[in-house]
Amino acid sequence: MKIPVRLRPVIFIAALLVIWQIAIDRNPGQLLPGPIGVAGGIVDLLRHGLLFKYVVASLFRVTWGFGSAALLAIPLGLSLGWYRRGEMAFYPLIQLFRPISPLAWIPIAILWFGVGDLAAIFLIFVGCFFPLLLVAMSAVHGIPAVYINAGRNFGLSPRAFVSRVLYPAVVPQLLIGLRITLGIAWLVVVAAEMISVNSGLGFLIVDARNAGNRYDLVVGGMVIIGAIGLLLDLGMRSLEQVKSFHWSSSEG
Amino acid sequence: MSSTGAIVTEPGAGQKLRVEHLGMVYERDGETVAALEDINLNVSEGEFICIVGPSGCGKSTLLNVLAGFLPSTSGSVTIDGEAVSGPDPRRILVFQERGVFPWLTVEGNIGFGLSKLPRTQREERIAHYVQAVRLEGFEHTYPSDLSGGMKQRVQVARALAVNPDILYLDEPFGALDSITRVIMRSELLRIWQSERRTIIFVTHDIDEAVQLADRVVVLSSRPARIENILTIDIPHPRNFSSPRYLELRDELLKQIGLAYEI
Repeated sequence: MKIPVRLRPVIFIAALLVIWQIAIDRNPGQLLPGPIGVAGGIVDLLRHGLLFKYVVASLFRVTWGFGSAALLAIPLGLSLGWYRRGEMAFYPLIQLFRPISPLAWIPIAILWFGVGDLAAIFLIFVGCFFPLLLVAMSAVHGIPAVYINAGRNFGLSPRAFVSRVLYPAVVPQLLIGLRITLGIAWLVVVAAEMISVNSGLGFLIVDARNAGNRYDLVVGGMVIIGAIGLLLDLGMRSLEQVKSFHWSSSEG
Repeated sequence: MSSTGAIVTEPGAGQKLRVEHLGMVYERDGETVAALEDINLNVSEGEFICIVGPSGCGKSTLLNVLAGFLPSTSGSVTIDGEAVSGPDPRRILVFQERGVFPWLTVEGNIGFGLSKLPRTQREERIAHYVQAVRLEGFEHTYPSDLSGGMKQRVQVARALAVNPDILYLDEPFGALDSITRVIMRSELLRIWQSERRTIIFVTHDIDEAVQLADRVVVLSSRPARIENILTIDIPHPRNFSSPRYLELRDELLKQIGLAYEI
């Protein structure tokens, strides 16, 4: 019997779910639910309208945190990458801040922004800012000298040089960096919501555990987080597929 | 229209590029290295000059100085009496490899230097050079889908499209296979004969130099000095097996210090 390649992972996952369910059924009295219990939990969340609300809340924070980090880090990183002197000045500072986990910023986030959206957004911002800055800097370093020389040869103004040579040359690198960083943002939002806010998927998970050990909701929340993370990654990948090189940066 | 061997001695008459006592030194690991030494050269309008020399002798450095990408440390380079101070769209450098922009189509690349022209004029110019380098049908193709020879055609067309008075070519066919190289040479000659631009062409290939040039400038090994300037007095089209061709080729080989027997 031949199974189509595309169906194979689906069948594999289904088999794992069945094994999981059998294991739970054989050991009653477990707090950990089986797949049927988890599905019930998700349906519960849907019925109360909480799922949609929490997903939107989490995505809202990610959008702002990630977006503001990208808006600041990319132009700054590109400039620093271009002006090596600026980079030399900032580099030690960047390397010092970069390894600090965004979670270590939680007390400071709460101190500055109180408990609420802003604190969570700030944490996501911190988590995304440094990786994006470094990606932008190294993207500039990676531009082959011959593109820069060719650009200079045709007498472009500095503005035209940025938009017609520098920017298109770094876009492929930036897209990869953005995709990886969006993954980081999605990791950080869950952690941030466990501490500093009263909504979102991270909050759902701690809240479900605290309010009577609803592990069906805990695991349900995890499944949703995984699924949305996957969708975000697929979305970013499809952006790369647009053949990033293939947009004409020149005249319309 | 034979400009073969047209060495212009008196200044003025059709003289395009004048290099006087050009020298260049640079610092490496705290030591001063001389790359170019006392280069003197006059090139007249519409002339095809090949620069040959042992590998690593500074041929490319010389070309980059002439094109304004590298500063000289002594002497002067003047074009039409005007000192060269930096890259300029009036003279375009064609690179050996990867010179085309991968994010632009053939059309986008060829039109790269034409953004200031009105649309219809730009499109005409692009169409003209697409045809000149025989890339019809590939206007909307991206470089990733082109062969090495086609990419070099795009580079040459992009350079010619801005109507430069001098074309610098830095081993433009060096990365191509030998068959494509011969085809590209004859195409370049055809374009040069129809458009009459001044061409300075760096190569490490003796045959290439004898096939293309009006005059061949032979450089010594580092620091590069001009050993000799050889006039190729064979009219185009040149026969690769004619006695005069072989004679000139042998003379060049001898000057570079290569044996012609293996």
